Amino acid sequence: MTILKILFRNAFHNKLRSGLTILGIAVAILAFGLLRTVISSWYAGVEAASTSRLVTRNAISIIFTLPLSYNEKIRQHEGVKMVSYGNWFGGIYIDEKNFFPNFCVEPRTYLEIYPEFVLGPAEKKAFLADRKGFVAGRKLAAKYGWKIGDTVTLKGTIYPGNWDFVLRGIYKGRDDTTDETQFYFHWDYLNETIKKASAQRADQVGFYMIAVTRPDLAADVALAVDKTFKNSLAETLTETEKAFNQGFIAMSGAIVTAIQMVSFVVIIIIMAVVANTMAMTTRERIGDYAIMKTLGFGGRDITVLIFGESLVITLTGCFTGMILTFPAAAAFGQALATFFPVFIVSPETLYLDVLAALLIGCLAAVIPTRQAIRIGIADGLRRIG
Amino acid sequence: MERGSKSPNDKQNIVEIRNLYKSYHRGSLVVPVLYDITFDIAAGEFLALMGPSGSGKTTLLNLLAGIDKADKGSIRVGDMDITTLSETELAHWRANHVGFIFQFYNLIPVLKAIENVELPLHLTSLSKRERREHSETALRMVGLEHRMDHYPKELSGGEQQRVAIARAIVTDPTILVADEPTGDLDRVSAEEILAMMERLNAEMGKTIIMVTHDPRAAQHAKILRHLEKGYLNDTLKGAHDDSQNPL
Repeated sequence: MTILKILFRNAFHNKLRSGLTILGIAVAILAFGLLRTVISSWYAGVEAASTSRLVTRNAISIIFTLPLSYNEKIRQHEGVKMVSYGNWFGGIYIDEKNFFPNFCVEPRTYLEIYPEFVLGPAEKKAFLADRKGFVAGRKLAAKYGWKIGDTVTLKGTIYPGNWDFVLRGIYKGRDDTTDETQFYFHWDYLNETIKKASAQRADQVGFYMIAVTRPDLAADVALAVDKTFKNSLAETLTETEKAFNQGFIAMSGAIVTAIQMVSFVVIIIIMAVVANTMAMTTRERIGDYAIMKTLGFGGRDITVLIFGESLVITLTGCFTGMILTFPAAAAFGQALATFFPVFIVSPETLYLDVLAALLIGCLAAVIPTRQAIRIGIADGLRRIG
Repeated sequence: MERGSKSPNDKQNIVEIRNLYKSYHRGSLVVPVLYDITFDIAAGEFLALMGPSGSGKTTLLNLLAGIDKADKGSIRVGDMDITTLSETELAHWRANHVGFIFQFYNLIPVLKAIENVELPLHLTSLSKRERREHSETALRMVGLEHRMDHYPKELSGGEQQRVAIARAIVTDPTILVADEPTGDLDRVSAEEILAMMERLNAEMGKTIIMVTHDPRAAQHAKILRHLEKGYLNDTLKGAHDDSQNPL
C-alpha cells in the first residue's frame, strides 16, 4: 500500500514536468487517434459494403461504359435478385471546392438495393415521381442548407452544361457507418438530355449494381455475368462491392501507408520523451531508491515504483488524449465531411491508444529500472546531498 | 580478542570484525580503502569512528551495516556472519537488525513524518494498526508527535533528523549506525541529536556506531576509534586493547 502511495505521489511530485509530459502524451495520443480514425474512415466504404451486392463495370476501366441492354441479361441469371445501374456524374456545385459524390441511378431499384439509405415514404414517392428530382444525404443537405423543394444546379464536367435538380428527399443513414454525403438523381433525366445533344453517348451506364439472393452465390453470379459478356465489345468485370471499394482504396494505398507510418512515428517520438522523463526522474530519485534498499526493500519494489510511475503518467496522458479525441474527431469530421463521410472513433482505435500507452509506459521504464536496481546502495547514498 | 569473548566492561560482543579488507574499482584501477581491520563492539556500546575524509570510516560503517560487501574478512553481528549472506538475505537482515541515521536525513520526500517512520515496518508482519502504534511511539520518543503529519520539507533539519532517528529505532534493531548524523545541522540541533542518541544508548541500551569527523560529536560516544588511510589507527578514548594497528 505504501509502495502505491509513494508511486502515485512520485508521479505528480514535480508538477510541471509531469504536467508537460502528460500534455505531450495526450497530444500524441490525440494525434495517433485522429490518424487511426482517418485510416478507418478511408476503409469505411469497404467495411460498410454488403456481401450480397456485386458491382459490374467495364473490364478495361471504370471510365468506360457498358450498354444499357446488359441490364436484362444480367437480371436473368440465377441467383440475381435485383439489378440497378448508374453513372458517375461528376458535377460541380457552384465551385470546385464544393466537392461531393453525385450519381445518376435508376432510382427505384437502387433504393431497394441500398436499404441503408433511409428515406421517408412521402419523400421517396416524390423523388420517384419527379424526373428532375434528387435525394441528398442528411449531412450534405445540412452543409449547404438545402431544403425540400429547393432547386440545385450542378455544372457538368463529364456531361457539359448546367443541370437543374429539385430536392425531393433527404435520406438518413441506417447506422453510423452509412455515408450521408451523397447526391442521387434519375438516370433517365441524364440519358434523355444527352440523347438530344450526343446520341452516341446515350443508353450507356457506368456500372451495374447486382443484388444476389444469397451472399454465398456472389462468386458464381459474378463468374456467370462476366462469362455472358466474354468476347463482346464491352467485356465486364464483376466483383463484390467490398472488392470494388478496395480497388479504389488501393489507388491511394501509398497515402494510407504514409499516414500509418506517421501515426507510429508519433508514438515513437512520445516514447522517447517519456523515456527521457523517466530517466531524469529516476536519476533524481536514485537516493530515495538507495534508502529504500537500505531499509530492506528489494528490486521488485523498486521495479514496481518506477514502472508504476511511468504507467501512471502515460495512462493519465492517454486517457486525457482519448477524451480529447472525440470532440477533435467531431470537428475534423465536420470540416472534411465530403472527404470522410464516416469519421467515427472506433473502439479498435481506443484499444490501440491504450495499448500504445502501455507500451510507452513499460518501455520507457525499462532502462531507468535497470539502472536503479543495479546501482549499489553505497553508490546510491553517495549521490544524496 | 576471540569471537564471542567479553570486552573489558564484561559485556557480550555484538559485532566482531576480523581481518577486513575493502577496495574499490575505478575502471582498471583498484583503490584500496580498508586494510586488515579487526575489532569488536560490545552490546550497548556507543562507538564513534573518527578519521579524516577518505580514511574509510563510512566504508567500514557500510560494511558492518550490510550495505556493501567486503573483499576479504568476516563481520559477525550477533550470531550471523553477514559476509556470507546473499543480497536478498542481506536485505532481510538489514530490515531486522540495523537502524540507519544519515547525514542528510534521507527521508522519503513524498511521505509524511509518520509514513517515513512506518516505512520499514511494512517489511514486518505487523498489522496496519500495530504499525501505526509503533510509529507514533517512536515519534513520541523523539518529541515529534505533533509533527507526524508534516512532510520532510515542512520540518527543520533537526526535526528531520529526529524523524530519521524514529525511523531507525522503530523496528527495535540490533545496532544503530549513524553516518555523520550532525554533519548537516547547526550546533544547537546537533547537540539535541547527540543527546538523543546518548539517551537511546544509556536508557534503552541501544548499540550505536557513529561515524564522525567532528570531535565535539565524538565526545558523546563512550568509545572512540580512529581510522587513517584505511588503517585502524587506534584509540583516542576508551577503546579496547585488541584493535590492530599495523602502522
